[in-house]
Amino acid sequence: MPYLLTEEVYQVVNHDGKVVGQAPDLPGEDLIGLYRWMVLGREFSDRMLALQRQGRTGTFAPLRGQEASIGIAAPLQQEDWLMGSYREILAYFVKGVPLLSIMEDYSGYISANYPAEVRCLPMQIVLATQILHGVGLAMAMKYDGKPSVAVTVCGDGASSEGDFNEALNFAGVYKAPAIIVVQNNGWAISTPRHKQSATERIAHRGPGFGVPAYLVDGNDVLAVYKVMAECAARARAGNGPSLVEMITYRMGPHTTADDPRKYRPDEELEIWQQRDPLARYRRFLLDADMMTDVEDEQLHEDVVAEIQAAVEAMESLPPPDLNQHFDCIFAEPTPQLEQQRTEMLAEIGYAKS
Amino acid sequence: MTQNGNREITYLEAVREGLILEMRQDPEVFLLGEDIGIYGGAFGVTRGMLEEFGPERIRDTPISEAAIAGAATGAALMGMRPIMEIMFMDFLTISMNQLVNQAAKIRFMFGGKASIPMVVRAPAGSGTGAAAQHSQSLEAWFIHTPGIKVVAPATAADAKGLLISAIRDNNPVIFMEHKLLYRTKGDVAEELYAIPLGKADVKREGSDLTIVAYSIMVPRALEAAEQLAEEGINIEVVDLRTLKPLDEKTIIRSVSKTGRVLIAHEAPRTGGFGGELAAVIAGSEAFDYLDAPIRRLAGRDIPIPYNRTLERSTVPQVEDIVAAARTLAQEGR
Repeated sequence: MPYLLTEEVYQVVNHDGKVVGQAPDLPGEDLIGLYRWMVLGREFSDRMLALQRQGRTGTFAPLRGQEASIGIAAPLQQEDWLMGSYREILAYFVKGVPLLSIMEDYSGYISANYPAEVRCLPMQIVLATQILHGVGLAMAMKYDGKPSVAVTVCGDGASSEGDFNEALNFAGVYKAPAIIVVQNNGWAISTPRHKQSATERIAHRGPGFGVPAYLVDGNDVLAVYKVMAECAARARAGNGPSLVEMITYRMGPHTTADDPRKYRPDEELEIWQQRDPLARYRRFLLDADMMTDVEDEQLHEDVVAEIQAAVEAMESLPPPDLNQHFDCIFAEPTPQLEQQRTEMLAEIGYAKS
Repeated sequence: MTQNGNREITYLEAVREGLILEMRQDPEVFLLGEDIGIYGGAFGVTRGMLEEFGPERIRDTPISEAAIAGAATGAALMGMRPIMEIMFMDFLTISMNQLVNQAAKIRFMFGGKASIPMVVRAPAGSGTGAAAQHSQSLEAWFIHTPGIKVVAPATAADAKGLLISAIRDNNPVIFMEHKLLYRTKGDVAEELYAIPLGKADVKREGSDLTIVAYSIMVPRALEAAEQLAEEGINIEVVDLRTLKPLDEKTIIRSVSKTGRVLIAHEAPRTGGFGGELAAVIAGSEAFDYLDAPIRRLAGRDIPIPYNRTLERSTVPQVEDIVAAARTLAQEGR
């Protein structure tokens, strides 16, 4: 296992789909399961992008190219916590958040379907704040004597924030059972990685804070899985936090509000298309005779149908309860808020349910 | 400002033009912020400026709002005139220590021997579906901080002229740019001109009622005034333009004339700047002329919702101003 400051990026399956490392010891159905999540991730992201373009949902942050991020959640247990940004929702699906919940988020609903027991904090929009939440959560779990892990994920852009660095420091000082994951996808909106930090690797920050760091091919789902499993085991054994840098690539725009052609060279995208995490893992499964082309086609069909069902469920929801949000501000609404609620409901002609 | 060379441009273009003209004639002025270079800024304000001024003066930064504000403060101490663009005003929360405890206090703590001539350009306000963490109007926090000026232009012409004054000012200035105003158009002179800070502008004269407004509430108040004019209600609209230092005289003069005042802002009502404005009016000679209570129209005390219907109903719209002004015009009669 690659420990910090080896300049090698850890891989199990290389860019060409060749096995170069020891695959995790998982039954075949689990290995196919990982693939299914990745296919679902790509299809979901593409579908959300299309829905946004059609005006059927809100601003969306596409995930194409980062499907191996499902490996962040795959080795976790139910009691473990996961908190990420908008770019980590595929890992949320693996942890148990339904597709419909995420779609509701993007369409302005307060989701009634978001299960508390999956232990995923709602996706964070403001950068790096969740890293401190994750460390605090981990400290609380340690205090409570629970052998659980808090996994908290951000992008390379967020690593420039004070919160990120302060979180690493806290994690180190308090030996928090936390895994801090950076999905380094090369771009912070229009700012390339080399303009965000003078260090060659974001992982190098770990040792500076006394936190062991790992560098992993973020497009290699098996490598991500193995590193996460090892970090989780370390944390559960009371050996404290880890920093994981996943080298990946954002193939699409930052969000639906942005056009990367303005700032990103086409040649760079082409290079990364050759390193497609999905194509690579598919190659691995086919070469290992764990899946046939026919099975792959069937799997794609099933996934598309699952997404279609979620879209239909979302679009057949009744309009959101416009009365609800006043209950989400204080534990008990203040008299002033009750008055403002009454005023607003009267103004928009809404009957309080 | 001459009438010659006027043409219609957007508020966004006016801000950009102000930046460019002042940068051309003052080499100490530079910009720093996130995605302001090749990307042209989150809203496109700095588009094309990298090509003219280069990466030293149009400086893309890592995503480090505390560092942006702190570095701007340091550069200002050295006599530069930094203009920091914060991507959304909401992110000034991350810059707060540098702005409130440092930029605003350094002159005082250094015994008056240091200046911080910096501008903080802050896209503010709701109406774009950007939800609770990207839609706030945080002016009250800065108004409440001694040592910081706050400017909130409502028109393209004011945006350009006030920006020039803000850049030339020897104090930290928060320059609020409302996102919904960026696409609005107005007559703007081509040349470089400055509109002094601290001067309100009567955007519409009237005799029955004064609306005191700033930023997005100015065009909404003007539209409301047009509608109410058809009902025979004659409204005066005072655009504060600068919130701190406040032009109290213009407000007091107007309210003394009309005897009724409606204060309108987008930020939440409780602890909002409207309370301060009401106190200024109530404590002045205008009090003797009041024919009705001072009324406030403000955002509800809730975060800006993502849901469009709720977002709209959270802050005052034209119809809210019409209704409130109509009622107030009848009060005490």
